[in-house]
Amino acid sequence: MTELDAQTQEALAELLLSMADDEFVLGFWDSEWTGIAPILEEDVAMSSVSQDEIGHAKALYELLAGLTGDDADRIAFGRPADGYRHAALMNHARTDWASSIARRFLYENADAIRLESLANSSYQPLADLVVKMRREETYHLLHFDLWLRRLAEGGEESRSRLAAAIDELWADAQAVFAPLAGEARLVAARILPETLETLRARWLERVRPRLEALGLPVPAAATPPDADGRIRHTEEFAWLHGEFTMVVRSDEAATW
Amino acid sequence: MVAAAPTRDATVWEALGQLADPEIPAISLVDLGVIRGFAFDATPDGGERLTVELMPTFLGCPAIEVMRQQIGERLTELKVANEVVVELTFAEAWTSERITPAGREALRTSGFAPPVHIGSEFDGELLTVLPLATCPYCGSRNTTLENPFGPTLCRSIYHCADCRQPFEQFKAV
Repeated sequence: MTELDAQTQEALAELLLSMADDEFVLGFWDSEWTGIAPILEEDVAMSSVSQDEIGHAKALYELLAGLTGDDADRIAFGRPADGYRHAALMNHARTDWASSIARRFLYENADAIRLESLANSSYQPLADLVVKMRREETYHLLHFDLWLRRLAEGGEESRSRLAAAIDELWADAQAVFAPLAGEARLVAARILPETLETLRARWLERVRPRLEALGLPVPAAATPPDADGRIRHTEEFAWLHGEFTMVVRSDEAATW
Repeated sequence: MVAAAPTRDATVWEALGQLADPEIPAISLVDLGVIRGFAFDATPDGGERLTVELMPTFLGCPAIEVMRQQIGERLTELKVANEVVVELTFAEAWTSERITPAGREALRTSGFAPPVHIGSEFDGELLTVLPLATCPYCGSRNTTLENPFGPTLCRSIYHCADCRQPFEQFKAV
């Protein structure tokens, strides 16, 4: 493709950052299950999935760093908490297992739809990376769909906890598709082949029937998210930011 | 008659074939299929640069940096170019289909079931319907998946109902 103009490049940087931050922050939250998941297999699985997500974030931060002449480690660890652009879904602290499963189910499906579309991106380095990411994400999708079913069919307690978590996370899950400032440019350049609102509609079409099939209540309201969905943060995220930047802050001049 | 000296390319492939995967040392980087290729080109100062394209197996795999370093060091020792650069590439995605037949056999004899063949187009549904693993110890297909996630990103955990051994399979991806 031809050289990107400054504004399109800025919009692309915003898209890459939003995707990378989603994967990075969720990877850190779920890595907290290592050692304390309900069963040993899930210690291993959640650790592995989190490692995948942080690997995806790393590759996206490197793509972004190459585009803007920045440094991937600086982008990952060198920003203040309010500089992160993850969706509001990733603002919630880890609580119970049902809540983590609900978040993973909502996010994995959203991410799958985003990646399916970006596989046709006119920005070839991103389209190439997406091919690689999708193969790994397939395992996540299958795994968390299985857990969704297990909890839905497991018994009264697991089912009610799961339903409550889906209800609590539903509005913030929409924010994975929160509009980006430069979105119109990205769509015009086919870097983002479809609008985020189109992708959100597709996500709803996929997620709702799955919840219905399991007899889980589908939250009614699904108001389109606004740009704030990737800007507002919580105290919980500020805490996590303090955790994952702790080592870097201990010696900012160190070479890794 | 004197045997012809190996070409420079053959020397590089041979050196790469001697480097082991840091996490599964039974298999070489060449048999693992992570070397996409390499090329020599001239540098502005009149020297020559050897650039190797390395394909990550999994994006979060911590062994990538170790492989990169090993390749750089080994090829620098060969003194076939003034400079050696190892670049990660995503221009083509590494898939488990790239593991060579020799590599699959090396995995099996060291106790890892080779990945199931998935074809060039990855279809997640296949993961749920194919007979997934043959026990590397007794050859039985009477096996069950215990966990699709294992001790490293590229390994799943199975159990063989016949010889009652747990074993690992290299993930199809």
